[in-house]
Amino acid sequence: MATPLKAQIAVPRSSDKTVAGVKYNRSGRKRNNFEMYAWLYMRVSGVILLVLIFGHLFVNLMAGDGVHAIDFGFVGGKWANPFWQVWDLVMLWLAMLHGTNGVRTVIDDYAERDRTRIWLKALLYLGSAFAILVGTLVIFTFDPCPAGADPELLASFCPAP
Amino acid sequence: MPNSAKGTLYRGRQGMWSWVAHRITGIAIFFFLLVHVLDTAVVRVSPEAYNAVISAYQNPIMGLGEAGLVAAIVYHAFNGLRIILIDFWKNGAKNQKAMLWGVLVLWVVVMVPFLIRHLSIVFGGH
Repeated sequence: MATPLKAQIAVPRSSDKTVAGVKYNRSGRKRNNFEMYAWLYMRVSGVILLVLIFGHLFVNLMAGDGVHAIDFGFVGGKWANPFWQVWDLVMLWLAMLHGTNGVRTVIDDYAERDRTRIWLKALLYLGSAFAILVGTLVIFTFDPCPAGADPELLASFCPAP
Repeated sequence: MPNSAKGTLYRGRQGMWSWVAHRITGIAIFFFLLVHVLDTAVVRVSPEAYNAVISAYQNPIMGLGEAGLVAAIVYHAFNGLRIILIDFWKNGAKNQKAMLWGVLVLWVVVMVPFLIRHLSIVFGGH
């Protein structure tokens, strides 16, 4: 009786849809490192956000009169300085993307139906894009001394009307 | 099978509960962030409108909410550093439990002065 010299061994490949009779829902098209970069982004942005947000909380809640000092004039005074404009802009983008990716992970973990997952993620991405866009526009188009406003409510550097 | 009585990195005991807390605080912070971007956007409407919105943050009940928010942020920040150390430091996974105690100690060290300052501003009748 002839014995085959070599047994036929099917080595499972990551692109296989079926391994040993079990169907896997794998996409053969995705050949990029998106998830690795998302994982790395969470760690890198996390460290930067720790510094930016702790600074933000200290200046807005602990220094001076804390939360009681925050009003239109306070924001005007901060954003008249490019330092705080850049600080808040970087914080906005890093935090929104960090949070969006975090919630994306949570949706992927718990929403098991395809349609539920797609809709939740569509809502998430739409809301995040809207917040990033609005926040960025506000930081760049903000006028600390709007014409015709009550001078009592504005920062002290605004010219008297 | 690892000894489940001791817990593993992510299954059971401190490893798992710190992960659960990281998710819950993360989601809470994200939803606050969305609201916070929109309330800040009201500066583009008018000084009066912004002051009216922000005064909502200055009543004592919201003051307690801010304390809770900062507590969540400080935990998420320090536990995030612990996760980074677990992933990148070669002894990280082995020391994850000790690092969690470190996270909680740091959390107390930051929260005590913050709460004294913030609550005295919120309830101090400025």
